[in-house]
Amino acid sequence: MLLEKFAPMRETLAALAAGGAMPFGARVDRIDSATEGVVEGHPVILAGTNNYLGLSCDPRCIEAAREAAARWGTGTTGSRLANGTFAEHLALERELAAFYGVPHAIVFTTGYAATQGMCATLAGPGDVILLDADSHASIYAGSQLSGAEILRFKHNDPDDLARRLRRLGDRARRALVVVEGIYSMQGDIAPLAEIAAVKREYGAVLLVDEAHSLGVLGERGRGAAEAAGVEEEVDFIAGTFSKSLGAIGGYCVSRHEVLEAIRYCIRPYIFTASAAPSVIASVRAALRILESEPELRRRLWENAERLYGGLRELGLPVGPQVSPVVAVTLGEDRAAALDAWRALLARGVYVNLVVPPASPTPASLLRCSVSAAHTPEQIDRIIAAFSEVVGGRG
Amino acid sequence: MSDYDAYLDYILTTLRSLKRESPVEIGKDTDLVRECGLSSLQVMELVERIEDHFDISIPLNILPDVSTADDMARKLAELTKG
Repeated sequence: MLLEKFAPMRETLAALAAGGAMPFGARVDRIDSATEGVVEGHPVILAGTNNYLGLSCDPRCIEAAREAAARWGTGTTGSRLANGTFAEHLALERELAAFYGVPHAIVFTTGYAATQGMCATLAGPGDVILLDADSHASIYAGSQLSGAEILRFKHNDPDDLARRLRRLGDRARRALVVVEGIYSMQGDIAPLAEIAAVKREYGAVLLVDEAHSLGVLGERGRGAAEAAGVEEEVDFIAGTFSKSLGAIGGYCVSRHEVLEAIRYCIRPYIFTASAAPSVIASVRAALRILESEPELRRRLWENAERLYGGLRELGLPVGPQVSPVVAVTLGEDRAAALDAWRALLARGVYVNLVVPPASPTPASLLRCSVSAAHTPEQIDRIIAAFSEVVGGRG
Repeated sequence: MSDYDAYLDYILTTLRSLKRESPVEIGKDTDLVRECGLSSLQVMELVERIEDHFDISIPLNILPDVSTADDMARKLAELTKG
């Protein structure tokens, strides 16, 4: 009886497995570079890996990881509060704080733990969390764990946020507003100047998740808050090491000293093992590269514009604005979307297939993520594959 | 019309427009997900329309206890009692 509820999922999985390459959890057989590899037996251009700066394969990051593993061992075998705080973790926290120009930083083992943990801890029973409708699952999960009242406002709509804060009256001062810098599915950017103004008017606290915007937006690569010129208004910035920094892990930085007390209240920080020193060392190396090589960001945006423009020229429905996440919206026919994904793979292009409820509408998406490491020729090959597979009928 | 009746009336009207091809006749005791086949995105669409129409905010926390239009109308009447 307990396990009966999984029957529909088993049927779905069996049907997917019978039809060819598996889109969810596609098997990566080999990685040749940040942009090339073999997926489900097909040699492909990697265009669905969120490897925005291509740093997962940078020799300097690999060497840093190798050295750290030799010096510290393969794991910490403990949580940060027990035996898992190594000098590497503290050094990365100092470097992240310095990068953002704020005094406080916490490093988490995953990005999911960072956003889930911050949402679950910052708000509690009697408080209110207002989250953007298209927020990541970790934000929803953390909000549920918090015990706070959860209100969902319309995606990227500061007026709707303001309406909800107004309805709260005095309780708006106990409200946590949570938004993302770049939204992972459509690649659209949050209107942070407007959101920060609303937050200020009602006296709420603002958390911005820069998972997809770290190293992507802002003059120094700090993200959407930097690009919008509102870093002073943002109370907490969270993010991940698993995209532009090419490893795994998460962080939260803040100008508020209270973050140091909050650290000791975050369950996914306290009750999980800390990141392996090799991971932390590669992130430190990647952060140095992100800071010292702004040309990576320039190349990333050139590639994003090339892909977005090329797909739009084909008449395909892409997202509302150019960004390194470029998603083509297909119809509601999931079987057709799956066929298109498999056809792209067979033509040597790996992207992500996104179906509801992971996609923000009833339509499915073919979601590409661009890298600074892509060559213009690779981008053109991605566009050509889309032209053959979905051109004109997206 | 009581608050409950106003909510129920609007919820049923909205459900019928969201789910034009519902497999069953939608009444106040129809299970929205199991019988009516509402997807999670459609549940959110329903919530948004109610919020806009009545100028209220509906906490997501109430949703686990809502499976019918009647449940939803009762929760909202409770919520806005003052």
